[in-house]
Amino acid sequence: MKKGGMKEGSMKAPVTGGGAGGSWEHYVDDRPYPDPAAADAPATRFDAHASTGRLMLRRFLRHRLAVLGALFLGLSYLSLPFVDFLAPYGANERDVEHLYAPPQGVHLFHEGQFIGPFVYPTTGRPDLKDYRWRYETDTSRPMPLQFLCPGAPYRFLGLVESRVRLVCPPPGASLHLLGTDRLGRDMLSRLAIGAQLSLTVGLLGIAVSFAIGITLGGMAGYFGGWIDAGVQRLSEILKSLPELPLWLALSAAVPAQWSPVTVFLCISVILGLLDWPSLARAVRSRFLALREEDFVMAAELMGASPARIIRRHLLPNFASHLLASATLSIPAMILGETALSFLGLGLRPPATSWGVMLNDAQNLMAVETYPWVSLPMLPVILVVLSFNFFGDGLRDALDPYHGD
Amino acid sequence: MLRFILHRLLVMVPTLFVVSMLIFIVINLPPGDYLSNQIAELRATGQEAGLAKAEFLRHEYALDRPLAEQYLIWIGVWPGPNGFHGLLQGDLGWSFEFNKPVAAVVGETLWFTVILNLAAVLFVYLVSFPLGALAAIRANSWVDYLAAAVGYIGLATPNFLLALILLYYGQKWLGLPIGGLVDATYEDQPLSWAKVGSVLEHLIIPTIVIGLSGTAAMVRRLRANLLDELGKPYVVTAKAKGVPPLRRLTRYPLRMALNPFVSDIGSLLPSLVSGSVLISVVLSLPTIGPALLEALRAQDIFLSGFILMFISLLVLVGMLVSDIALALLDPRIRLGKARKAQS
Repeated sequence: MKKGGMKEGSMKAPVTGGGAGGSWEHYVDDRPYPDPAAADAPATRFDAHASTGRLMLRRFLRHRLAVLGALFLGLSYLSLPFVDFLAPYGANERDVEHLYAPPQGVHLFHEGQFIGPFVYPTTGRPDLKDYRWRYETDTSRPMPLQFLCPGAPYRFLGLVESRVRLVCPPPGASLHLLGTDRLGRDMLSRLAIGAQLSLTVGLLGIAVSFAIGITLGGMAGYFGGWIDAGVQRLSEILKSLPELPLWLALSAAVPAQWSPVTVFLCISVILGLLDWPSLARAVRSRFLALREEDFVMAAELMGASPARIIRRHLLPNFASHLLASATLSIPAMILGETALSFLGLGLRPPATSWGVMLNDAQNLMAVETYPWVSLPMLPVILVVLSFNFFGDGLRDALDPYHGD
Repeated sequence: MLRFILHRLLVMVPTLFVVSMLIFIVINLPPGDYLSNQIAELRATGQEAGLAKAEFLRHEYALDRPLAEQYLIWIGVWPGPNGFHGLLQGDLGWSFEFNKPVAAVVGETLWFTVILNLAAVLFVYLVSFPLGALAAIRANSWVDYLAAAVGYIGLATPNFLLALILLYYGQKWLGLPIGGLVDATYEDQPLSWAKVGSVLEHLIIPTIVIGLSGTAAMVRRLRANLLDELGKPYVVTAKAKGVPPLRRLTRYPLRMALNPFVSDIGSLLPSLVSGSVLISVVLSLPTIGPALLEALRAQDIFLSGFILMFISLLVLVGMLVSDIALALLDPRIRLGKARKAQS
């Protein structure tokens, strides 16, 4: 169809619209034609005066999974300093009467009568035919739980010696809500205490990766030239190397006799050491774009030093984007720690982390007979998913003027 | 085109050089070396007999020289005690831990490593392409949600655990074999169809486990690209003109969305190879993964160094192939790169 023909038709339609005496029927939309002036006018939103922060928050809250993830992560991280208080047992406290004990339930009613939270005592015996432990529950003797009671001593925040725990096993019975492992250590307590290392390893790693990535990426983007070329090549090469074998090689270099805390710090640094290239590239491309802006030129003319321009004028402009990308790369580090510890080259036994706990799950036989040994995978999955959802939501929310 | 490939090959040389240097530094980070540790141990236990041999090996493999010199001898550009004997000459060195040449230790496992990774790449593409395309065409339908759910599981589960779980249930419900790469009965048999079948059967679980997280990322990527493309005015025009749905999809949008799909192999390959190393250790597959772990633990530097080099080379070659494929697919890249190479 020719352009001219179409134009003619559309112009004629309103003129003959509604005519009953025409030779053929045709239909015309009788709604008023939109005012062309209104279409060109700037779009007005009902919240045109809302601040950017408010728009971001509103946008973020609409992403339900992200809110859920943020709540879960917030709760987990906030409870980290108090896990010793919350956990009924210490991380390396052994209950030799209950090796590989199954999860115990907490009951409220005994024979139809309410007596508050209590557990039934269990006794184990080795089953020599199937070669495993079997546990019998004595349902005639309810044993009420104790609250805010003295348990195994611990150092609160590593400073204050304390024995008070939120909940303790009743004297003469045990309280293993998620069962025990090979050495009779309480799974729930170990999960909670292991979270301290597993959750912070990602934060420390990302801090290292940020420090390197922002410095190198910023330098490459701001100065350009051979610095830029060098950083670009190095990050390309590092990006093309498989991470895990290098992590393995690096953590094999950490001497076994070092203290758990030192090993933990080393592992965090190692995890961060290979993660910076993608960050550096993002920073660089942002710098390249922002460097041309007038406000940078103005600052330069006023005699600001490069460091000041980077710190005061460039970084704030994309700090939020960096935050989102950090949120998305923490899970990789948490998974990395888990894998390293699982292989025995990451954190080592007196230290407790989810990866160290999963080391026990290497034995397929144990997993089949005592499935609760592989429980630590649950928090790993939850945390990684939460970080992913949270990061996705954050990334969308940071750009509240774009899309809908 | 030839010029483009040549240029890419030339770029690989300095890259490999830097990579080899990084790897050599990393494997030499632990204090001491295998032989000096052994010598110390022999001294401590009073076994003077083995000392001479260890000292001889130490000299033979130039471990008594400065690190920079060791590196040059290792890659083969500096004369060692017996002239030029390095990676460039095809001499991979001696594995102290296994007490035989590195070439004999890794041997066949190199091929298995390549096969396993190829299978994983194939799996990723074969699964993620239809799934990603479907997820985009039927956005917000059950297919889309299913793809997203599978994707999140693949993303969040540590893959060694996934391997153990699949191994367990695959054996229990489907009778899939556990561990290894070929059934014990075929171990020393010549190649036959039955043997190939057995290898394929053994490859199922490792391939799925290694490929799953990559698949998840690819599905998300393809879905996003295709959705972007489908929202463009030219698609609306095609629809208005009455182009049938399938043709409307395959003619342009799918081809446009395919581009990043191919170039993404660059970020996919390192993680696949990483995964294959880990999974091989867990499932005891005869790839270089278990040997690497052993070598790193024992500070067997020539073995671990070669394996790390091989893994990196595998990734770099894979990227080269993907670049060439991309250039074949998209003339803009071919011409752009060639022009850049000329200038």
